[in-house]
Amino acid sequence: MLAFGPGLAAWGLVTGVAMTQSGLGVGLSLLMTFTAYAGSAQLASLPLIASGAPIWVIWASAFCVNLRFVIFSSQWRVHLGHVPRGRRVLLGYLLADLNLLVFKKQWQGEGHQVGQARYAAGGAAAVWIIWQATSVAGILLSSLVPLEWGLGFAGTLSMLGIAYSLLNERTAWVAAIVSAAAAVAAFSLPLKLNILVAIAAAVAATLVMTQAGKTLQAVRPGPPR
Amino acid sequence: MSEAMPGWAWTALTILGLGAVTAISRNVFLWSRRELRIPEPLQRALQVAPLAAIVAITAPEIFLSHGHLIATWRDARLLSALVATAVYAWRPGVLGPLLAGLSVYLPLRLAWGW
Repeated sequence: MLAFGPGLAAWGLVTGVAMTQSGLGVGLSLLMTFTAYAGSAQLASLPLIASGAPIWVIWASAFCVNLRFVIFSSQWRVHLGHVPRGRRVLLGYLLADLNLLVFKKQWQGEGHQVGQARYAAGGAAAVWIIWQATSVAGILLSSLVPLEWGLGFAGTLSMLGIAYSLLNERTAWVAAIVSAAAAVAAFSLPLKLNILVAIAAAVAATLVMTQAGKTLQAVRPGPPR
Repeated sequence: MSEAMPGWAWTALTILGLGAVTAISRNVFLWSRRELRIPEPLQRALQVAPLAAIVAITAPEIFLSHGHLIATWRDARLLSALVATAVYAWRPGVLGPLLAGLSVYLPLRLAWGW
């Protein structure tokens, strides 16, 4: 866990800076870090909030960014299913991307083992403390920088880096290109609907492409593996 | 706060809702008492949607200015994103490209007023 500390700290700091510099101010930035507690979704919602997008578009977009957690939650379920529901849900809320990564390195193999819930809770606490401390530091430090500097662009650059790190296979590239093109082309739609249109187009393109790939493979079987 | 930005209370409500979004998305499969499996096509959609959402929000922030495509290369955001991309290609990560991008963006904006 400690090996990830510096990266996590830097990331928390940048998110803190991006929040205040998007125009949220110190109070709302603090509220955001202590409630939303999801770096990518926070960064993604900042330009939408600043441009006055409808509340449901902001929530829907954040939910799409968070959809990876839905997959993660099905993986956590295997290891934490025995924990009483109240505590399980609280723990679930606190478990971020990094927690699953570290957890999987530590506990290899299928199924539940003794001590896993305690390990997950410890990891959640460690990540929470590092993240909130650095995020608050970023909020307070950057509140001294005038908004005219345009430092809020740090949030956009971070999202660019996140996007690149998610480009791991061909379908991801297709999704990214379709989404970028659709979001720019449909920008004049009211209510920031271009975001939701772009997500829908990208997901549809990916599903079509996967299905087409399967069909092609069924028609023309490749060399034996 | 910018002009388009809604009032304090409304933004606070938006943010509280984001907290609920986090709590819900992280608990979809932890909430139920039974173990559920995700069907394969749904899994694909869930995998690709976060990337699509991040790109959908980021691309206009880089390529558009006041709702129009940036027509000049003399743009601090465009050049900064290019540099960040090059640095990412050289050494993948979030922090390196970010710092490189900012080190291009801030001087261009503050000193040259791009």
